[in-house]
Amino acid sequence: MSDTRKITVTVNGTRYEETVPVRVTLADFIRHQLHLTGTHLGCEHGVCGACTILLDGRSARSCLMLAVQADGHEILTVEGIAPDAETLHPLQEAFRDNHGLQCGFCTPGILTTLIEFLRDNPDPTEEEVRIGISGNLCRCTGYQNIVIAALDAAKRLRADDGRRTTDDR
Amino acid sequence: MKPPPFSYHDPRTVADAVGLLGSLENAKLLAGGQSLMPMLNMRYVLPDHIIDLNRVDGLSYVRANNGALEIGAMTRQRDIEFSDLVRERCPLMHEAIRQVGHRQTRNRGTLGGSLCHLDPSAELVSIAAAVDAKVTVTGKNGDRSIDFSAFPVAYMTPALEPDEVLTGATFPCWPAGHGYAFVEFARRHGDFAIVSAAVLIEEKADKVTRASVTLSGMGPAPVRASEVERALVGEVIEEKRMREICETLRKLEAIDDIHAPASYRQQLATVLPRRALLKAHERIAEGARP
Repeated sequence: MSDTRKITVTVNGTRYEETVPVRVTLADFIRHQLHLTGTHLGCEHGVCGACTILLDGRSARSCLMLAVQADGHEILTVEGIAPDAETLHPLQEAFRDNHGLQCGFCTPGILTTLIEFLRDNPDPTEEEVRIGISGNLCRCTGYQNIVIAALDAAKRLRADDGRRTTDDR
Repeated sequence: MKPPPFSYHDPRTVADAVGLLGSLENAKLLAGGQSLMPMLNMRYVLPDHIIDLNRVDGLSYVRANNGALEIGAMTRQRDIEFSDLVRERCPLMHEAIRQVGHRQTRNRGTLGGSLCHLDPSAELVSIAAAVDAKVTVTGKNGDRSIDFSAFPVAYMTPALEPDEVLTGATFPCWPAGHGYAFVEFARRHGDFAIVSAAVLIEEKADKVTRASVTLSGMGPAPVRASEVERALVGEVIEEKRMREICETLRKLEAIDDIHAPASYRQQLATVLPRRALLKAHERIAEGARP
């Protein structure tokens, strides 16, 4: 119980030096110690996907990692997705516009999962989206609008990329 | 749903990990954490010490050597999924690993963790049985190699001494042009399979010359259907004959649990290998087409 470690982690671009009990999960560390409560805990045993964060760009369930294991790593949580406090990320816009959430509990995990998924697969089929989010449980939407929002987000992100590439020229 | 108290160790070398494992009472190795962490959260396990292998150097690799693939124990399932070497040399593993959990769990889950946790329907365990893999373990007296067929000693219990660490596994490759298929039945995508079938075949002039048929989820460890493997040699793979040959698998012993009764598993044992054999055969035919 008394075992603690000093760790340095970068979360959403901010560097934190913290002392953590070794048995604390990364999810509890993010919520209780960094007070970033956007990362939700549904099942706490790796089934629901609500606590999904990106660890060095790869999605992971933060309830299945210890905070000490994140020492020296970079983490992105749902709070870090939007470019600034005024602007939503295209993925978030697509979820708002397509009613991709109802109670919103699963949304942080779904958004972080989709950030990685759409980065790796910018033009997915509906089937691929469904497999991509198969590790995230939603009990409200029936997934229909989540899938529609994800496909719409993919389109918006491709258009964004196109615009940026054209501007760069 | 919080892990119980424990002391945490994060060795940098295999030798240090083995040393810790040999000297600490009630210690558990932590690999990708996709099984051990839920067990800790639910307090199914109460270790006094956690030895984290995530900072041990040199345990993450996929390489080809002497007609086999060597994969390090801490290689993430996701890196196996996206390895060109695995796709080319062991396409059966490539097909199976996409059905291991979900993207978020494959990003963390490891080969070694899966083999040692030894869930009866784990896909990587099934592949290791199908290709006659060997696992390498390191203890205080050095390395030893264990045939995978002798690795499971009981339900979720590997043949490891208390101070031994699994460091890697060797998966013999089948020759180019072989047929393969991994077919599983699960209630939801990413769930553990109720039953799965892993099939490898070689053919010459349309006739089977060598076959490997593995069923998982029937009992505590994967079962090689050796009678069916022998019966397949000399056969031409087509629906009707495969139905007859695979029907014999109904007599395999199977467990009863909350997921399915034994009779349901035995039914799947006749259906999934047949589907896998037909798919494997089709793949050989596709590969041979100009």
